Amino acid sequence: MIKAILIDDEPLAREVVKEYLEAFPQIEVIDECNDGFEGLKSIQQHKPDLIFLDIQMPKINGFEMLELVEPRPAVIFTTAFDEYAIRAFEANAIDYLLKPFGKERFDKALQKWLEKQSPAEVKRQTEALIDSVSQTSEQDRVVVKTGTKITIIPIADIEYLEADDDYVNIHTAGASYLKNRTMSYFEQALNGKHFVRIHRSYIVKVAEITRLDPYEKETYTAILKSGKKLPVSKTGYSKLKQVLGL
Amino acid sequence: MSVSLLHSNRLRVVFLTCWLIWAVLQAAILWWLGFRWDTAFTDSGVTNLLLMAASALISNNLQFYQPEKGRYLYVVVWCVLLAVFWLVASHYIMAYIGPGEADYSKLFYKSLPIRFSFGFLIIGWVALLSIIFYSRQDQQEAEIRKADAEKLSREAELYKLRQQLQPHFLFNSLNSISALVGRKPEEARKMVHQLSDFLRGTLKKEENEWVTLAEELQHLQLYLDIEQVRFGHRLTTEIEQEDACGDLKLPAMLLQPLVENAIKFGLYDTTGMVTITIQAACIDSYLVLTIKNPYDPTTANPRRGTGFGLSGVKRRLYLLFARHDLLETNGEKNIFTTSVKIPQV
Repeated sequence: MIKAILIDDEPLAREVVKEYLEAFPQIEVIDECNDGFEGLKSIQQHKPDLIFLDIQMPKINGFEMLELVEPRPAVIFTTAFDEYAIRAFEANAIDYLLKPFGKERFDKALQKWLEKQSPAEVKRQTEALIDSVSQTSEQDRVVVKTGTKITIIPIADIEYLEADDDYVNIHTAGASYLKNRTMSYFEQALNGKHFVRIHRSYIVKVAEITRLDPYEKETYTAILKSGKKLPVSKTGYSKLKQVLGL
Repeated sequence: MSVSLLHSNRLRVVFLTCWLIWAVLQAAILWWLGFRWDTAFTDSGVTNLLLMAASALISNNLQFYQPEKGRYLYVVVWCVLLAVFWLVASHYIMAYIGPGEADYSKLFYKSLPIRFSFGFLIIGWVALLSIIFYSRQDQQEAEIRKADAEKLSREAELYKLRQQLQPHFLFNSLNSISALVGRKPEEARKMVHQLSDFLRGTLKKEENEWVTLAEELQHLQLYLDIEQVRFGHRLTTEIEQEDACGDLKLPAMLLQPLVENAIKFGLYDTTGMVTITIQAACIDSYLVLTIKNPYDPTTANPRRGTGFGLSGVKRRLYLLFARHDLLETNGEKNIFTTSVKIPQV
């Protein structure tokens, strides 16, 4: 039996999928979710093989939810109109359903999935999609999960990022959050005018820097508004100089 | 093409009269100085005709070649040269006609500085008048062009704003209909009608048209009914309206994007039940519409709050009333309030 979860904030939209799925007795819908939070919980609980995922949903969108899911199930995306999402699907050769979709189109997508390539291939595709989405979109927030708690951090609140083994520690005024991403990912994703990688292990928001003190030959110490001191490497310093127009 | 300085009869009469009076005066002065009448009139006639020619020349030139800003020295130089030519020409013509009086040419030489100053002043005055006249004309033309361009771009902009007919809404509604067709065909049919009525209403309305609040709310209800089908499990809408407000007017399709925005904001920024309140009140000579939706201040996407809905309405209000203070937003205790004041004219 193939376990499937439907995640869409419109009950009628889930209704369509359920109706179409009746033709596939090998697939069982084990849960329906109204938003990404419910979806996340349900995925963790039921470990489905396949999810039908809407993009525009309350709080966190489909991509943001998927980013937090470990391990990731196979996904069939459904969306009504989202030029941006569609471009991402096209770019990553991912099949998606445009609402409203007919039975034939739905069957084709599902058939393709059932006769699909190796699970590893699917995983790789999804991985690439999420990376490309979160790197190219005009991001104004980062979604992190601590235990079961999901936090949405506005980019504007971030003071600096710190490398922490396989994770990145995101520091805001009052707290810090771990995110399983690489420094180079954030270096790409964040606006280079506001965030600079001043060190192998640090990305700082330029506006947070109040002072730069010489440390050793060609290296510096950046002093933030919060009083925090961060090391600035030689290359980091030259990047910083460029952004500041020095 | 600019109109000539002498395009109107009135100006022509004024110019000619002034010149005639001056010509007579000049003749009278020469007579007073002891010349014969015929000499006095010949001198006055010749010099003034030549001076008119010189003035016409410079005025005509300035009609087609406006000096650039700060290049007025050229005009002065031209005036001096024309005054000199005028004197030389006057001298030769007078010599050719040859008034019999012995003292005439002596006096002509003696009066050269006066004649020069006078000629220069008149030519200079005509030049100045022409410059002012033609540059004002250019300015007026530029202003008309600018106004036209603005009108055009305004129309284009309004058209574009209207075109932003929420494809997301449209496709999701169609998807809902698609879902209903199978199990609840009656409801599907009803929704098709609602959607058609809503779209027809949207297409019918002219951007610059004013509608009564009652009409706008009726149209809005169609939209709310559709949203109710899609999000009935989460969405409640309340419309509160003072009785006297129904006849007040507002620009068509102004309330719509605000409510759309509130619903989107409310539905996508929270996960629980969402109540959208729309209040209409008449305060002084304004129709005041207040729309409230729940939101989460800690995660509110700052851009969504001022998304297309709000900025579009703000822009429209500015184009219509040239005021920036008619739309206000305010977030307090998880409730986001948008209020718009529409001046009643």
